[in-house]
Amino acid sequence: MSGEIVVNVCMGTGGIAAGGDLVMEEFSKQFEAAGIQNATVKEKCRLHKVGCRGFCARDVLVDITVDGEVSTYQYIQPEMVSRLIQDHVIGAKPVKEWLVGDDYHTFHDNQTKIVLGDLGKIDPESIDEYLQVDGYKAAEKALTTMTPAQVIQTVKDSMLRGRGGGGFPTGIKWGFCAANKSDQYYIICNADEGDPGAFMDRSVVEGNPHAVIEGMIIGAYAIGASIGYVYIRAEYPLAVDRLHLALKAAKERGYLGEKLFGTDFNFKIKVKLGAGAFVCGEETALIASIEGERGMPRAKPPFPANKGLWGKPTIINNVETLANLPHILNKGAAWYASIGSEKSKGTKVIALTGKIRNTGLIEIPMGMPLKEIIFNIGGGIEGDKLFKAVQTGGPSGGCIPQQHIDLPVDYEGLASVGSMMGSGGMVVLDETDCMVNISKFFLEFTQSESCGKCVPCRIGTKRLLEILTRITEGDGKEGDIELLLELAEDVRDSSLCGLGMSAPNPVISTIKYFRHEYEAHIKNKKCPAKVCNKLLTFFIREDMCVGCGMCAKACPVNAIAGEKKLAHKIDNHLCIQCGSCFDACKFSAVLKE
Amino acid sequence: MAGLATKFGSGAMTNSVAEIADNEAIFVIGSNTTENHPIIALRMKEAVAKGAQLIVADPRKIPLVKFATLWLRHRPGTDSTLLNAIMHVILDEGLEDKDFIAARTEGYDAFVQSLEPFTVEYGEEITGVPAEDIKKAARIYATAGNAGIYYAMGITQHIMGTYNVCAVGNLAMLTGNVGKRAAGVNPLRGQNNVQGACDMGGLPNVYPGYQKVDVPAIKEKFEKAWGTSLSDKIGLAATEMTGAMLDGTLKGMYIFGENPALSDPNTTHSVKAFSALDFLVVQDIFMTETARLADVVLPGASFAEKDGTFTCSERRVQRIRKAVNSPGSAQSDLNIIDQIYKRVVASGDLTEKPKAAAIFDEAAALWPAMAGINYERLEQQSLQWPCPSTDHPGTEFLFQDTFPREGGKALFTPVPFVSSKELPDKEYPYVLTTGRELFHYHTGTMTRRSSGLNMIAPEAFVEVNPADADVLGVAQGEFLTVSSRRGSIKLKARVSKIVPPNVVFIPFHYSEAAANLLTSDAMDPICKIMEAKVCAVRIEK
Amino acid sequence: MITLTIDGKQIEVAEGTTVLEASRQLGIDVPTLCHDDRLKPFGACRLCIVEISGMAKPVTSCTTPAANGMVVKTNSEKLYRLRKTTVELLLSDHPNDCMVCTSSGDCALQELAYLYGIRENRFTGAMREHNRVDHNPFITRDQNKCVMCGLCVRVCEEVQGVGAIGYAERGFEAKVIPPFGKDLDCEFCGQCVAVCPTGALTGRLWAGKPRLEGVKFTDTTCTYCGCGCNITLRTHGDQVIRVDSDPKNHNRGWLCVKGRFGYEFINSGDRLTHPLIRREKGGQFEKASWDEALDYVAKKLTDIKAENGPDALAGLCSARCSNEENYLFQKMFRAGLGTNNIDHCARY
Repeated sequence: MSGEIVVNVCMGTGGIAAGGDLVMEEFSKQFEAAGIQNATVKEKCRLHKVGCRGFCARDVLVDITVDGEVSTYQYIQPEMVSRLIQDHVIGAKPVKEWLVGDDYHTFHDNQTKIVLGDLGKIDPESIDEYLQVDGYKAAEKALTTMTPAQVIQTVKDSMLRGRGGGGFPTGIKWGFCAANKSDQYYIICNADEGDPGAFMDRSVVEGNPHAVIEGMIIGAYAIGASIGYVYIRAEYPLAVDRLHLALKAAKERGYLGEKLFGTDFNFKIKVKLGAGAFVCGEETALIASIEGERGMPRAKPPFPANKGLWGKPTIINNVETLANLPHILNKGAAWYASIGSEKSKGTKVIALTGKIRNTGLIEIPMGMPLKEIIFNIGGGIEGDKLFKAVQTGGPSGGCIPQQHIDLPVDYEGLASVGSMMGSGGMVVLDETDCMVNISKFFLEFTQSESCGKCVPCRIGTKRLLEILTRITEGDGKEGDIELLLELAEDVRDSSLCGLGMSAPNPVISTIKYFRHEYEAHIKNKKCPAKVCNKLLTFFIREDMCVGCGMCAKACPVNAIAGEKKLAHKIDNHLCIQCGSCFDACKFSAVLKE
Repeated sequence: MAGLATKFGSGAMTNSVAEIADNEAIFVIGSNTTENHPIIALRMKEAVAKGAQLIVADPRKIPLVKFATLWLRHRPGTDSTLLNAIMHVILDEGLEDKDFIAARTEGYDAFVQSLEPFTVEYGEEITGVPAEDIKKAARIYATAGNAGIYYAMGITQHIMGTYNVCAVGNLAMLTGNVGKRAAGVNPLRGQNNVQGACDMGGLPNVYPGYQKVDVPAIKEKFEKAWGTSLSDKIGLAATEMTGAMLDGTLKGMYIFGENPALSDPNTTHSVKAFSALDFLVVQDIFMTETARLADVVLPGASFAEKDGTFTCSERRVQRIRKAVNSPGSAQSDLNIIDQIYKRVVASGDLTEKPKAAAIFDEAAALWPAMAGINYERLEQQSLQWPCPSTDHPGTEFLFQDTFPREGGKALFTPVPFVSSKELPDKEYPYVLTTGRELFHYHTGTMTRRSSGLNMIAPEAFVEVNPADADVLGVAQGEFLTVSSRRGSIKLKARVSKIVPPNVVFIPFHYSEAAANLLTSDAMDPICKIMEAKVCAVRIEK
Repeated sequence: MITLTIDGKQIEVAEGTTVLEASRQLGIDVPTLCHDDRLKPFGACRLCIVEISGMAKPVTSCTTPAANGMVVKTNSEKLYRLRKTTVELLLSDHPNDCMVCTSSGDCALQELAYLYGIRENRFTGAMREHNRVDHNPFITRDQNKCVMCGLCVRVCEEVQGVGAIGYAERGFEAKVIPPFGKDLDCEFCGQCVAVCPTGALTGRLWAGKPRLEGVKFTDTTCTYCGCGCNITLRTHGDQVIRVDSDPKNHNRGWLCVKGRFGYEFINSGDRLTHPLIRREKGGQFEKASWDEALDYVAKKLTDIKAENGPDALAGLCSARCSNEENYLFQKMFRAGLGTNNIDHCARY
């Protein structure tokens, strides 16, 4: 409809957390009210909820499109809605001071969006909107014009690799699976995203669930599976709801069920909720969980492609991998293979966080240098501090220092410096981060998420964590670095599953690039980044202290004394270096060294 | 026993326990296997895990039901009707094994005729099992490659026990499921050496090795071996002895290692009988209920204190070995029997002790099926009979080529409908069925002396369905008086859906509330077994 | 058939054989803590790792199926180091109380500690502290000694079909417990106790009894039901102190609660120790010497026979006693006393 006015409100989990649902409600209410007086609003306005577009830090993001002209607003709250309607929708004058700035555009313009392409544009709860962007065309094409072998060949030719972490070529995996003789095959969508800070898969399921379903249909057809599972975390309620809605709609329209697209192919999808165990992202543990067992990994071989769910050949692909498939089928393997680097094709969705200006979800062509990600898309380090390292690949990835800032981000590049792609987490660290502490942080996570089955992971990571803890507390001993390395290697080489094999990565890579920080902790009992409280001395700058007494109140051991309105003092004999005073002081008068 | 011997020419498990794991279908009827034969049940669970279909027929929801493909809850005492109805379906649907029937059986036509009345509808009416389930059972059993039947006292302790066993045998023959590996008819023996006691001639009609006392040639053989003349008169069965004691024809008894005063049905009756004897000698390791009635009590040895052999359910002969000395002056049973024997016949050297190995050899020499077994071989490994020569490896399963009957064929035997002797009526409205529980054994003389077992299962109980408990107004753990025409006991109620409505269950381990005070001594006319599994009782709070 | 090479030796094995099984067929000893031939492979302890040409990392031999042309190394400096670290890690979280542990001398972890000569431990640190008290009469759990091999959980599920125990918690705190941490609610078959490689699960009846010193082992057959399980009696003097069963037996080492734990009756104070004679009906039992009792019995039996004929006598032999005893007993009645009035209670 010409002259249509469309208002997009971001309604991903980030958008809703920032108040997106309230903004949406306010728009709806005010449109209703305004509509009574103003015919344009009633006839021409369409309010539209969309999924996450990645820049969650700026939520609630709202697009107002008038005559094809898009204006994007950031940080919108319900009380701002009436002015947007009055000035922009009715008055046709955008509210300049609320519009996004240049950084919003550099953030987006440097990306290549395939998987995230329709996120933030279509209503994830409407199958019709998915159909408008060529939805289910790829599945139809595969089922009605291609043999399963041709589909597998296309995926092989596209050189798509598993986006869940392993990077194994998807088409080859499918080929292995299809080569088994069996009365039943399964395809599983792994939506059990468990890395802290990662939300790639969640955003895709929330923002474009039909793309995942279509990907599963294509995969199922290729290997001959009549049953698929989506294994998704119960902690993703919005994603689960939208997935259920999408499955229902797809079934009603005949995209799932029997005789799809008039062929003899039948396919149904079941949803299995995971209970938040990190290890259940590991495919054999995930299978055990679906079978009703405790989510504990099983030894490979046999690989799931040969003996998986209920002992039948099973393909497990992650959300992002599956969401790539409709595009590959629609636009061709050659198109996909033209994007990316030599051995890593296509794009990768990355959750960019840490000490960086623009945090959020991004999609880059494989091979983009780290520097471009951090400084162009990410807008550089927050507060203009010095870049120190970037941690990639989730809790079991590695830390990459300044010297490798030009590294191309693809499977090979990251592996070459001792890190990994993982599911695509990227945490940027600056000069105020202590690398020993970072390593300890990730070990804490992997240790508490170890399933406890195998000895090296269950006890080995615990001992690694204990050694790291004593180093950060000033109790590090001569030889601890060597002991850490020995044990880290042994845990890596003898653990049962990927969790244990990769858990030592943060330790190994931080020792490799930041050994001097470890040595400072152990030999000099100093934390260069001033993070490890136990190694610091706390004192109060008299000239800055206003004598408010907040620090004394916060101190759990009564080590701070001082008259009201006069400078306070810390008794370092009593101080236990807990850091409470530092956090409590509003005048930056507490210092640590 | 008698039933199988008639049909196949010999009565024992036709298969070995290890073969169960290779059964494609398992039919368990009248056996609470997990509680009474826990280790045999493990093989059944293994088979199920490997994909076997398990049919359990039992009025109680026994633990094995958890593993079953199909559970048939038939009314107590209707086993043969259930089996007949299943066979009716097999014939209706043409699932019988025609080749096997033609080549290896006889009596088929009369048998087929006898099945005529047992339609599924009739089966459902009598047994209470839905017709559909009877059909399912028939299909599962008849279409499996290897199907095994396993039963125990739930089949035999009935007035029509022999018929029940015949029906079981018929079913196996009809589908060709006997005479091959992992398919057969398998009575599970309740005690460690029931098989051996039978094998060794502990029966009134046969010498060791099931050789009939009333066949002159056999009698001669034994007379020659034992150097004395023998009686050709078939002796009294244990169940018949009670009457003989009461009418005064039986005056002296020697009982060893048995406690019939607690294990016999209608024990009031049997206690009266034992008391009427002129002389009763009991040889045991504990002062049992029976020993209390004796004139002489002789202290024997437990299994840990002596050398010898046991033969388990699967015809496997194995060694027991002395590990400790007996307490006090208690002696090995073999020694005691030998001493009395020598004194009775007034010959032999009293200072000479009998050697288990030599006695085994003597028995083996008289029974061809055991001729190949001796202690030297048993030192290396246990052996399953038949084992006719010392180079024979023993027999895993029976009847591979032939049945040991004249003509070598198995016999189909028509099984008519026979009702239990004592059915519920107005005065005694409930059916009582008895059995064992996992934590105790038989009359409890051993297990009730284990502090741990007694802690877990300290007292008698009667299982009552919640619907009945409601009518009776009884709550879990309250005392109930259960009475039959023969006696009355008081024990705690265990309200449970394990039993169906109108049926109650009491384990018979507990002398203080002895289930066998209630049970009936109605007797199977053929094999003289008593109907311990069905009688009518009244229940009061 | 599949041909592979292990430590330079070629071997042909059936399809489906694991590398561990193949190694054992060659007589090569590969250490394990979590493997039992009777259960499905688990791959948790990481001790049976081997190097296979073409594979990037060591793999557990218990879970890896043998394949044609495989070249396997079961020993190398690297493997030794990894195994030693694993044992050391296990010991770093294990109470060092072998002196008073029921399982001393019968403990796979103790043996490994000895084989790898681990006196000092590089990895001292926190240890688990479970203080559970169980209220069952048969099984003592000392979870601090659990190595999480999973054998107990698997035997309960795979063999016994009960599933009384499972895993709970994660990471270092992972443990094996009954559902919701309640008391054990099980059949007490003790299969778990039998497979436990350490002192984490022991028989309550074993505590404080001799372990190996002065203990005699006698192979025999269980006296309870008709399954005929082979058992080994451990005795000290005339006391039976433990029952176990060798996995190589036809019952594969599995027993039930009665067979495994129901042995106290043997040494019960209630055992009959002297012959007793009641000389008059209604009178009391009197202790008698053996000769006295045996003569008395023989005289009574022969008197009845003389007066009323042999069929006035009957004997009940025993489904509980040995073949030899039953044979001699029926022979005495048939040949000695002249009657076929012999039966036993097999009918009940």
